[in-house]
Amino acid sequence: MSNFFKETDIDTSQAEAIVTETLKNCDDGELYLENHKSESIVLDDNKIKSSTYNSDQGYGFRAVTGEVVAYSHSNDISKESLRKSSDNLKDTLKSKKGTYNHEIPKTNSKYYENINPIESKTFDSKIDLLKSVNNYLRSKGSIVNQVTANFLGEHKSIEIIRSDNQILKDDRPLVRFNVSVVLEKDGKKETGVYGVGGRQSYDDYLKDGSWKDVCDEAFRIANVNLESKPAPAGEMKVVLGPGWPAILIHEAIGHGLEGDFNRKKTSAFHSLMGQQVASEGVTIVDDGTLHQRRGSLTIDDEGTPTENTVLIENGILKNYMQDRLNARLMGTKSTGSGRRESYKHVVLPRMRNTMMLSGKYSQDEMISSVDKGIFAVSFGGGQVDITSGKFVFNCTEAYEINNGKIGSPIKGATLIGDGPSILKEVSLVGNDMKLDPGIGTCGKAGQGVPVGVAQPSILINKMTVGGTKL
Amino acid sequence: MIRDQEFLKDIASYCIENSKKLGATDVGVKVIHSVSENVSFRNKKLDESNRADSFAVNLTTYVEKKKSSINSSDLSKSNLEKLIERCIDATKITPSDENNSLPDKDLMSKEIRDLNLYDETHYPNDKKIEFLKKVEETASKDEKIVNTEAGFTENKNNFILANSNGFLGGYKTSNFSSSCVAVSRINGAMERDYEFGSTRFLEDMMEPEEIGKIAADKAIKKLGPKKIKSERIGVIFDKRISKGILGTLASAISASAIARGTSFLKNQINSEVFPNSINIIDDPKIEKGLGSQNFDSEGVETNSLKLVENGILKNYLIDTYYGKKLNLKSNGRSGGTTNLYFENGILSFKDLLNSEKKFLYITETIGHGGNIITGDYSVGASGFMVEDGELTYPVSEITIAGNFKEMFKNITLANDLEMKYSTNAPTLLINQMTVAGK
Repeated sequence: MSNFFKETDIDTSQAEAIVTETLKNCDDGELYLENHKSESIVLDDNKIKSSTYNSDQGYGFRAVTGEVVAYSHSNDISKESLRKSSDNLKDTLKSKKGTYNHEIPKTNSKYYENINPIESKTFDSKIDLLKSVNNYLRSKGSIVNQVTANFLGEHKSIEIIRSDNQILKDDRPLVRFNVSVVLEKDGKKETGVYGVGGRQSYDDYLKDGSWKDVCDEAFRIANVNLESKPAPAGEMKVVLGPGWPAILIHEAIGHGLEGDFNRKKTSAFHSLMGQQVASEGVTIVDDGTLHQRRGSLTIDDEGTPTENTVLIENGILKNYMQDRLNARLMGTKSTGSGRRESYKHVVLPRMRNTMMLSGKYSQDEMISSVDKGIFAVSFGGGQVDITSGKFVFNCTEAYEINNGKIGSPIKGATLIGDGPSILKEVSLVGNDMKLDPGIGTCGKAGQGVPVGVAQPSILINKMTVGGTKL
Repeated sequence: MIRDQEFLKDIASYCIENSKKLGATDVGVKVIHSVSENVSFRNKKLDESNRADSFAVNLTTYVEKKKSSINSSDLSKSNLEKLIERCIDATKITPSDENNSLPDKDLMSKEIRDLNLYDETHYPNDKKIEFLKKVEETASKDEKIVNTEAGFTENKNNFILANSNGFLGGYKTSNFSSSCVAVSRINGAMERDYEFGSTRFLEDMMEPEEIGKIAADKAIKKLGPKKIKSERIGVIFDKRISKGILGTLASAISASAIARGTSFLKNQINSEVFPNSINIIDDPKIEKGLGSQNFDSEGVETNSLKLVENGILKNYLIDTYYGKKLNLKSNGRSGGTTNLYFENGILSFKDLLNSEKKFLYITETIGHGGNIITGDYSVGASGFMVEDGELTYPVSEITIAGNFKEMFKNITLANDLEMKYSTNAPTLLINQMTVAGK
């Protein structure tokens, strides 16, 4: 039984009948129903700047035959609206004939609890904590120029009704807590940002004063940047720290290994399956099954259970990430990577938690091997051009390395590289793999979905650093 | 079919009345309905059709100087009743802020001018398909083009904005957009480029053949790029990306960044920020303009503003809340700029390219490397080398870097402004930036 038709003019079996009738000549498709509650509470400039609660519900009806996807979505869950969507899908696919693929794997695993983080902490206590964050950071002295802190919490319930009356369900909590601080010293201003989160309640991340650790880290980064000098410009060796810098992996090769770009042959990786694309010792996986992680899913947005997909094993390209459509057209199976931002969006193959696994070197060994280069510890965002393979990311905390020693901090600079060749430039893989703190959102085709990354420290032989100092 | 004003007004009034009944002292509400139809093609075949029918209510309630908001897509009164109650409950326990309030009554928009923002023409999907076929046929003519994607979207929108001070206004808008992405290949290496058109009226849309041709030509031209040596050099920004400079300016002069002290242009009002030849205008009342509006997102009347006059920063972008913090009146920029543009420069495009022996001409940037607080800028880039006024070879895998304060002062504009987007700029030269390559 579905939970979505209670206060509507249609019941579960009538909806199922519409789904079955609409999809009878299609290869695939489903009615995806979603109820999404979210909140945002922001403290800024010593005040509670905003408190917002969002309640969104709707359906996305999808019919797929061959390569063609017909999609219709609405927030009006009613007989008339579903019929209209059904007509629209049938009209788009009227000249096509397919055979419905009923196969969908089952799972008993669950990677998070069904809690509603918005309701599991009182509004008052959230406001109080934000005020404590403000007071705590401002008590660090008059160099604190601005403090922003916010709670973002959500609970998403989804149901997928397939053509054979199967209903697949998932309830997904997600929270994020962010702190940003601006410091000012001698007329110079710098920012530090840090956050934590995942698929648990707020207090799992903030209890026992651990919110202070988030504040301290934001403060530390801003403080380091106050001392920063202009970054160098040109090609040099780069040591990346463990954890969040793995967005390099996400941008440089993750997107290029998504099934759609490879089926369409627009990815720089599309002809490289089975070939050496990275140095020996480099293994990269995309794992949707890590407990309570931001990028984890019990089932994906097509109902397929997620898995730990090996993308690159010891330098060799092994798998792409697939949703059902691209898997079918490429003659393989879905890896549980079919995701959508909401019922308003079509399914695309996407990353979950993308991780480079540990090797055997220590970070010290890497740094001491570098004559001239940079050590990048934290990043802002990144971006990639899938087709040319060129990718960038922005350092938010980085240092020069001179003669094997870490030197002064340097200003934020963009690093640019070439996806298909960068992993061949990885000369040392560290033994210190770390997960990111749970803050990543990945954008593709206008859709944002929560993701995670992880990596050990790595040494890259050659990358272009986009500073101002020649 | 897009719902009419009466339907939206009824919901807006319901929200205001119920909020007041439950103890709100002030209320602001926006009710929106939008219908969007999109068709996309890939390699001359239908790839996707997508129909969207969406409602939204955005409600903000005030209890004296306390404020809280809710958003919902479910317009049923039973749902709204529950959410309004939740909103008022949250408002009552949110700490108050003396700057929270509805806009001053005398600043509100008094009359709604027809700015020609709505074209009721419906372009059926069959027609969209015909259009896209032509786009892709043109785009894929050259054998170096190995992949094409094209899309057509039609969007109709209607809204009502209302508040408890008696303001109530709204109107329909429409948008038609079409795009083409072409992938070119030579010796196993690929490049991608695009063309994009967006208009209020269907009749103003570019010809499909033109969209396809531009995308393909650009993708082919990019083939076989070189990475250049790191150097200091003059950088020319193609029109597609020069407008990004205006986007940066808009963020840096928003009242929020100024009031919070987080802008590299803080305390620069009435100072020379650009060369004295430069004028920057934000005009909301352009007929058929993609950024046109009668009033801002709070209902405040918006009029044309000269943001920069003869190089001097003249105005911030001010909403009610941050205006109060700065002791300034809202100038109708809650929600940001409208139709923002540089007035044309003097040099022709050709003369600009010839003004030095050598330039780097950038057609695309990637990454988010602009820092509004410090003004530091560093992004990935690709484009062409210009030697003796001619584009000689494509360049990629480089970065360009500088600081906005210095970059702004070293801008020269060409005279080729076109009003194609909501933010528009002519081709633009920034004299001396650091390029990092080999």
